[in-house]
Amino acid sequence: MSTGWTRKDLLGVRELSADEINLVLETADAFKQLGTREIKKVPALRGKTLVNFFVEPSTRTRTSFELAAFRLSADVINISATTSSLTKGETLKDTARNLEALHADILVLRHSSAGAPQFLASRLKASVINAGDGAHEHPTQALLDLYTIRERRGKIAGLHVAIIGDILFSRVARSNIFGLLKLGAHVTLVGPSTLVPREFEKLGVEVSYQIDDVLPKADVVNLLRIQHERQRREYFPGIREYIRLFGLTKERAKRLKPDCLIMHPGPINRGVEIDSEVADGLQSVILDQVTNGLAVRMAVLYLCGGIVT
Amino acid sequence: MSATIIRNGRVIDPANKRDEIADLYIADGKIVGSKSEIRNPKSEIEEIDAKGLIVAPGLIDMHVHLREPGFAHKETIESGARAAAAGGFTTVVCMPNTSPAADNPSTIAWIKDRAATVACVNVLPAGAISKNLAGEELAPIGSLMQAGVVAITDDGHCVQNHEVMRRAVEYARMVGVPVLDHCQDYNLVGNGVVHEGYWSILLGLPGWPAAGEEAMVMRNILLAELCDHHIHCQHVTTAGGVRLLHEARSRGVKISGEVCPHHIALTDEAIQNFDTDYKMNPPLRSQADVDALLEGIADGTLSILCSDHAPHADFEKEVEFDAAPFGVVGLETEVGLFIDLLVHKHRKIDIARLIGMYTVEPARLLKINAGTLSVGACADVTLVDPELEWTVKVDQFQSASRNSPFNGWKLRGRAVRTIVGGKTVWKL
Repeated sequence: MSTGWTRKDLLGVRELSADEINLVLETADAFKQLGTREIKKVPALRGKTLVNFFVEPSTRTRTSFELAAFRLSADVINISATTSSLTKGETLKDTARNLEALHADILVLRHSSAGAPQFLASRLKASVINAGDGAHEHPTQALLDLYTIRERRGKIAGLHVAIIGDILFSRVARSNIFGLLKLGAHVTLVGPSTLVPREFEKLGVEVSYQIDDVLPKADVVNLLRIQHERQRREYFPGIREYIRLFGLTKERAKRLKPDCLIMHPGPINRGVEIDSEVADGLQSVILDQVTNGLAVRMAVLYLCGGIVT
Repeated sequence: MSATIIRNGRVIDPANKRDEIADLYIADGKIVGSKSEIRNPKSEIEEIDAKGLIVAPGLIDMHVHLREPGFAHKETIESGARAAAAGGFTTVVCMPNTSPAADNPSTIAWIKDRAATVACVNVLPAGAISKNLAGEELAPIGSLMQAGVVAITDDGHCVQNHEVMRRAVEYARMVGVPVLDHCQDYNLVGNGVVHEGYWSILLGLPGWPAAGEEAMVMRNILLAELCDHHIHCQHVTTAGGVRLLHEARSRGVKISGEVCPHHIALTDEAIQNFDTDYKMNPPLRSQADVDALLEGIADGTLSILCSDHAPHADFEKEVEFDAAPFGVVGLETEVGLFIDLLVHKHRKIDIARLIGMYTVEPARLLKINAGTLSVGACADVTLVDPELEWTVKVDQFQSASRNSPFNGWKLRGRAVRTIVGGKTVWKL
C-alpha cells in the first residue's frame, strides 16, 4: 500500500505541498466512485478504531467523518465535550492519552482552541485528524472545497475565488486560502474591514471591501457564515447593514458570471450571508460539497490511517 | 567574623563610575576600602581569584514572581531565591499577584518573614496598587509602605480606571513609594493571547495589538506629569511604547521603562507551533518592535533589565494554547541572554552599562541601599564571566518550574558566583 503519503496526521493545509493536496483529491476520486456502487464499503481500515472527539458542536463534519469511517470498515466511537471527562476537569492531554490507552488508532478532533490538534499530534502515537481548531484550520473542509471546484471546473490554477464574510474568525477561510494559493488560484477576501483586516494581504491574497466589484470577476464565490458565537458586538453595526453591504442577495447574484460556482461550508444562515433562493439556485454546489466531503474524508482517513508509527 | 578578598577582577561599579582592575575587600558582610580594614587578625580570609571576571555590585531583578503565598506548586520563596542566586542576583523584587494578593500589611509581613527564614538572597516585596488587584479601590498604600514594600504595582493586572490610577499615583507620591505599571488596556487587548500581526492572522489565534500597551504607556506619561511622581512601565515590548517613553523622558517626565530578555531574543514567529513556553504577557512582538527595543536600550530610553520570572508547573502549561497561563521563567537565563544579545551579538551596550541597568538603575528607582560597591555598602557582589560559553539546560534549574523557551540555547556570558552579605550563596 504505497501511496506516497507520509503523514500520520492531517493538522492543516498550510503544511501540505501541492502534490500532497493533489494526492488527496485523486484518492478521493476513487472513493467517490465507490459511493455509486451497490456495496459502498471497503475493508481498508478494518480492525482500526476511530474516535470522533468533538469538543465543539458539529453536525455535518462529525457525521461525514463517521460515515467515512464506516465505509472504510473502521470501528467508530463518538465523544462530545458534554459527555467527556473534560467537564470534570480532565485536561485534553489526559483525555486523549486515555483514548490511546484503549488503542484508538485515529483521533478526529474538533476543538475551540487553535493548535489543539498539533498539541495532541506531538504527544500521541495515534493519527490526529483536525476537524476544525478554533479560527486556525479546517483542512478537510478546504480539501472538499478544492475537490468540488476541481470537479466542476476541471482545474483550480488560474481561477478567481472570492471568499466572502467573516474571515478573521474563520478556520474554513484560512485552510481555503492556503490550499487555493498552493494550487495556483487567485484569492480575494471580501467582508467588513473589522473581519477582513488588511494584514491578510501578507498571505498572498487580495482584500476588497466592495463586493459588487468582486462578483463579476469571480469563478467561485465561497460564502462564510457570520459567527455570532465568536464575536463581540463592535465588529459590525448589525445584520441588516451586513446584508446591505455584503449579503449575496438575489439582485447581487445577477452580477455573477453564469458559470460561477456558489459555495458555502454550512451551516447557512438564509437571508443573511446568502439569499434563500440563491442558496438553492442552479449555480449553488452547496450539497455537492457535502457529498464530496465524504469521499475526501475517506481519502484522508485512508492515507493517514495507513501510516504505521 | 569573616573576610574575603576578591583579587584581580575588573571592578565595575556604575554608581561610583568605577571601572578598573582592582581587589575588592569584604569584612563582616560589608565592603571595606583596603586590606588593613579587615581588622580582626583571627579572621580567616577567603581569597577569590577573579582574574578575567567582572566584579559587579550584586545584581537586582526588580520584576519576579515567587508565587508564595498561594502557588507553591509553581515556585516557593526558597526555590525562587535559589534560582535568583544561580542567575547572579542578590536582590529580587517579588510581585503582589499571590493568593492572597499582597495588598495588605500582613501578607507583606508573611513574605518578609518567610524570606528571612528560607531565602538565600534579598527578597523585597512589591505591594498592590488596588485591593485584590481589582483596579477599583486603593490598597492601604501607606500601611504597605510601613510594612516594607519597595514599590506598588498591580502587575499581571493593570488599573484600567484612569481616575483610580491618578489617585494611586498622587497617594504614592505622598508616601514616597514608586509606582510600577503593567501597561495593558483591557478593552483593546480583549481575549488576545498573542501579538496581533502576521502570525495571529495566519494561525487564527486571538491577537492583541501593540496599541493595547501603548495606550497605557501614554496614560502613565500623562499621569506622571499630572501627579509629578515617578511611574515605571514594566516590560515594555512595543516600538510605540519606546517612542512615547523617549519623547517623555527628553522632556524630563518622571517615567521609565524596563525590558525582558524574551522580548528581544524572540519574535512572534516563535508561536507557530503553538508551544505554550512562548506564551507570555505581554506577548512576543514583531521584528520591528524588537529592533525598537534594542535602540531604546542603546539610547537609554529603557533603563532597567529584568526577567518577569513567571514560573508555572508543567501540567499547567501542557494544555491548549488559549488555556495555558502566560509567562516564562527567566532568573537563570536572563544575564546570559542579555550579555549574549546586547553586548556580544547586537553590540548595543557595553558590559558596564549592562551592569548599571541591573544595579544602580533599579536601586535608584526603588530607593534601596543596594546596587553599589561603595565602602560601607552591604557586600552583595556578583562575579560575571562575560565570555563564558554555556548551554541552557532547564533540567538543571534551581527554580521549581521549567517553563523556558531557551532550553538548549548556547549563550556567551553568565554570572559565576553570587555573594550576599559577604557570603557566597551560589557558584558555578
